Amino acid sequence: MLQIKDLQAGIEGKEILKGINLTIQPGEVHAIMGPNGSGKSTLAAVLAGRSDYEVTGGSVEFLGKDLLDLSPEARAGEGLFLAFQYPVEIPGLSTINFMKTAVNEVRKYRGEPTLDAAEFLKLMKEKMNLVNIDKNLLTRSLNEGFSGGEKKRNEVFQMAMLEPRLAILDETDSGLDIDAIRIAAAGVNAVRSKENATLVITHYQRLLDYIIPDFVHVLYNGRIVKSGGKELALELEETGYSFLKNEMNIA
Amino acid sequence: MSTINIIKDRARQLGADQLDALQPIRTAALASFDKLGVPAVKHEEWKYTRVSQLFNQAYQIGADTATSDLNWQAFRLPEFETANELVFINGVYNAAASTVRSAGLVVLPLQDAAQGEYASIVSKHLGHSAQYLNDGINALNTSFLVGSVFIGVNRSTEIEHPIYIYNINDGRKENVFAQPRTLVHVAENAGVVLVETYGSIGSADHFTNQVVEVVVEQDARIEYYKIQNDSARSSQVSTTHFRQVGKSYVHAVTISLNGAMVRNNLNMVMEAEYCESNMYGLYFTSDSCHIDNHTIVDNVKPHCLSNEFYKGILDGSSTGVFNGKIFVRQDAQKINAFQSNKNILLSDTASVYTKPQLEIFADDVKCSHGCTIGRLDEEGLFYLRSRGITEAIARSLLLHSFAIDILEQVKPDAIRAYIDQLISERLGS
Ligand SMILES: Nc1ncnc2c1ncn2[C@@H]1O[C@H](COP(=O)(O)OP(=O)(O)OP(=O)(O)O)[C@@H](O)[C@H]1O
Ligand SMILES: [Mg+2]
Repeated sequence: MLQIKDLQAGIEGKEILKGINLTIQPGEVHAIMGPNGSGKSTLAAVLAGRSDYEVTGGSVEFLGKDLLDLSPEARAGEGLFLAFQYPVEIPGLSTINFMKTAVNEVRKYRGEPTLDAAEFLKLMKEKMNLVNIDKNLLTRSLNEGFSGGEKKRNEVFQMAMLEPRLAILDETDSGLDIDAIRIAAAGVNAVRSKENATLVITHYQRLLDYIIPDFVHVLYNGRIVKSGGKELALELEETGYSFLKNEMNIA
Repeated sequence: MSTINIIKDRARQLGADQLDALQPIRTAALASFDKLGVPAVKHEEWKYTRVSQLFNQAYQIGADTATSDLNWQAFRLPEFETANELVFINGVYNAAASTVRSAGLVVLPLQDAAQGEYASIVSKHLGHSAQYLNDGINALNTSFLVGSVFIGVNRSTEIEHPIYIYNINDGRKENVFAQPRTLVHVAENAGVVLVETYGSIGSADHFTNQVVEVVVEQDARIEYYKIQNDSARSSQVSTTHFRQVGKSYVHAVTISLNGAMVRNNLNMVMEAEYCESNMYGLYFTSDSCHIDNHTIVDNVKPHCLSNEFYKGILDGSSTGVFNGKIFVRQDAQKINAFQSNKNILLSDTASVYTKPQLEIFADDVKCSHGCTIGRLDEEGLFYLRSRGITEAIARSLLLHSFAIDILEQVKPDAIRAYIDQLISERLGS
């Protein structure tokens, strides 16, 4: 469903992604790991359509469409979702109002009828239970004054609400306590299906105990330098990234 | 003859015609206007607001017009059926069009109030704003005092329904110069809600020079809302001057959404201990609209609390001005004064001038102030869009979110919903 070919991108003349190749099929879970600053969030942002990053080469196809040609909202409409590493605080806008607008905008994009207040409430209750999020949090200003973990929970809630085809989780596990990780993973697994795929960006094996990946990739210095099965994550947990320097020196 | 001379002539003529109790006050104000003139750009308080250019054209001055075919009702506020409604046409109070319903509420022509039961209140408080606004514009209003009104709220009465004041200008034939004037007295332990709005009819130019003075006695409460959403041909200088003479509560919200050149003076004179006053403002401008909010908080006595929060959204080639003065007199120990002004510029050609001015002569006080000028949050915009919300809707959601904490300060539900609707229309959502 997603084909990334030789993707190059940067910001203000600085090259960050230096030729990424990655293919994700429906039903698969991919994990991307890699040291700080290697370009994981940049990749996620470019896929979601953040305009500060300039794509300088390569292509991305998502469900048969040229992803890079679409506005961020159209990408969401097509079924792409990014759980932000640093969710944005928006004073004065509650998560409920935010999601009411988002869900209906996405439905409009897909040519589906919009939800009325009662239908929306029903959907919201269902997803609140799924990700075990408190209603108080959802009536407060979006992410404002939320703890780190609460922000991440809110991202998982939004994902559940929007039911994406491809969810990209950028370090959704950092800041979450053990229970919350389990709940977040349950949220991901609940929407997991033969049609849907997940791309998990993480530093820790912990999350991958609950969301078991089919493939693990190591991103280093703007390139995927190693790919493998779920055992690669375990291996990285043991050895860290020191092997990269050796391999890169040889290469 | 220049417009200013025509206006002066008219004021002199009024002096000859109207031999009422207000006459000495008019005469003194005219002398003062003669001396001060119209503030020029070099006047520090009028640096950005070139009010003098409004005097470069001819006006019909405060003339009576028939209300029979004047559709002032188009400007009525929600729930007017139960409200007290005071109608000013071209600055002149129109008793026939007005309705006073609530018990404990007294509305009188100012010249009548100046000689009856309320004479001492009028003589003590009328014109107090001139001590703070030492400029010709304020004096000019006082030099007319035609069709002015006294509003009295009786002791220990909570006025059940709000007072709506409609300032209507009839510019169907000629340009209009209107000078509404009101003195409000909220007696001990009384409470009242006052809402002012402005409406221009006709395609001529309108210039309103308004002065409202409010006296708030011991244990009294007032909520005051000013809604400015007039036409792009309507300019105004609108002064609201509160004098808290006893421990009391004032809650003032100024919402400015349209107009040509708008200058608001909002003064809080806290002359008693333990006064509380809140001043909130939202200005949302576009095209060539100019909105200037000048505020003064004067802490005369100890233990007072003032809270001031203004927000601005500026689009097109519009201009916003915020100038917040806080005086803390030597006796005014242990006061708290907060001030904040936040602005979002939506275009490269919009501008905003913001300036806090603190003059503190007491040593044990808490004062804080801050101002920001920024763009619409790009991060927030991307966050919303990444959830499938179109750019246009995302923008309007963000701006609405920015405005909402001011909007929430409008306590009457119907008025808040009305303003929210105006804002939503402006945001195109
Ligand atoms: N807006 C920006 N301006 C300048 N440099 C940037 C910008 N965004 C990212 N970078 C740089 O690009 C590189 C990759 O950053 P990115 O956030 O993608 O890393 P990451 O792999 O997600 O790291 P982490 O594990 O710490 O989250 C870093 O060197 C970072 O400093
Ligand atoms: Mg990152």
